[in-house]
Amino acid sequence: MEAQIPAPIGLLAELTHRCPLGCPYCSNPLALDGREGELATAEWKRVLNEAAALGVLQVHLSGGEPLARRDLVEIVSHCAGLGLYTNLITSGIGMNARLARALADAGLDHVQLSIQDADAASADKIAGYNGAFAKKREVAALITAEGFPLTVNAVIHHANAARAGAMVRLALALGARRVEIAHVQYYGWAVPNRAQLMPTRAEAEAAVTEVEELKRELAGQIVIDHVIPDYHARYPKACMGGWGRRTLNITPLGKALPCHAADTIPHLAFWNVRDKSLAEIWQQSPAFAAYRGTAWMNETCRTCERREIDHGGCRCQALALAGDAAATDPVCYKSPLHGRLVEIMALEAGRAEAPYHYRRVPARAPV
Amino acid sequence: MTGALQASSRPRLPRGVRLKHDEVRGEWLLLAPERVIKANPVARAVLERCSGSATLAEIVADLASTFDAPEARIEADVRSLLSSLAAKRLLDY
Repeated sequence: MEAQIPAPIGLLAELTHRCPLGCPYCSNPLALDGREGELATAEWKRVLNEAAALGVLQVHLSGGEPLARRDLVEIVSHCAGLGLYTNLITSGIGMNARLARALADAGLDHVQLSIQDADAASADKIAGYNGAFAKKREVAALITAEGFPLTVNAVIHHANAARAGAMVRLALALGARRVEIAHVQYYGWAVPNRAQLMPTRAEAEAAVTEVEELKRELAGQIVIDHVIPDYHARYPKACMGGWGRRTLNITPLGKALPCHAADTIPHLAFWNVRDKSLAEIWQQSPAFAAYRGTAWMNETCRTCERREIDHGGCRCQALALAGDAAATDPVCYKSPLHGRLVEIMALEAGRAEAPYHYRRVPARAPV
Repeated sequence: MTGALQASSRPRLPRGVRLKHDEVRGEWLLLAPERVIKANPVARAVLERCSGSATLAEIVADLASTFDAPEARIEADVRSLLSSLAAKRLLDY
């Protein structure tokens, strides 16, 4: 059996949860890891050695803000030595010309830069950081001047949905070859901010239409990867390409997860790379096996013609909305709870006037 | 991408897109931003020649002689592969 588990393709390395921005939809957990206890350089190198041997092809260096790690260049260089494709996922805060050159020399393959809006004042408000928008413009110029391929990514929600198209055009103007436009999903910090973030149906539909039209208009100039709003869909997303099938996340403290939000499923015990090898975790840990394949599925999913297409949707969303991680994702029209989404949308959409709960690392307890 | 692919175009894989032999799976892959694409032997032979120095016409002639196949057929295959990669911004020329 174990020999038949396909090797993972991608590894998301959450190098740190530290980040200067406070985006209210951050996918990090509400209980952020502090700097103390973060995996050390040597530990990351060992994990990356194990990842390459296991079959991982691409490493996504993320966080938090990965530029907050002083050993980032050394980690990139180690990946390059192993033949791993490296993708830096950054807010841009902390980048400068010297660092961009050092990352290029170390062999970094690709940079993904987040933007919060196409309007500077709104972008800074969403990020909870004055001057973020202007800084990102500078960073995009540094990245493209260094010759890196650039992807710009933006999360669409109530406060910026009217400028979804403007963000695509901004990405093009910044020199991106690719832009990811992802409608907000309700994990991590987006859960306590759901009422502030959720667009009305009209806002979401207008944004989707605008971006789809730009896909045609800008074909050949920029690739638009468009993640449409989950709650408005008929079928659930194929979350992570299936649980424990393609990728894994390593948290700053070394916990290995099938996805960002998996740790919200309370009955699963996730192994730590400090205690186990990556191969052991991938092939033998009960948590990675829990929702792999189709045996765990309920009758609705197990007999569904789409069971190998969307894998039953998202386990964390099933838990959050249905109270059972093995339930059919309520986004699916076959879920008995599908109607509950419509209620949530009607109740919460467009109520953005309340202040955000900004993502912040809690202050250290006083000694 | 600047206009259609010409016989005189010099196709190349841009930075951030590279061909790799995956020892674990025993296959050739094209690694790109947020993408991994399997490269079959034909695609591999084409992409290995996309160095930015050879023209499309030279690549087609080279493949036709290497694989002893008619140039017209090779050219149709090469154009189809390269155009589809260029549309995804995974190939420059």
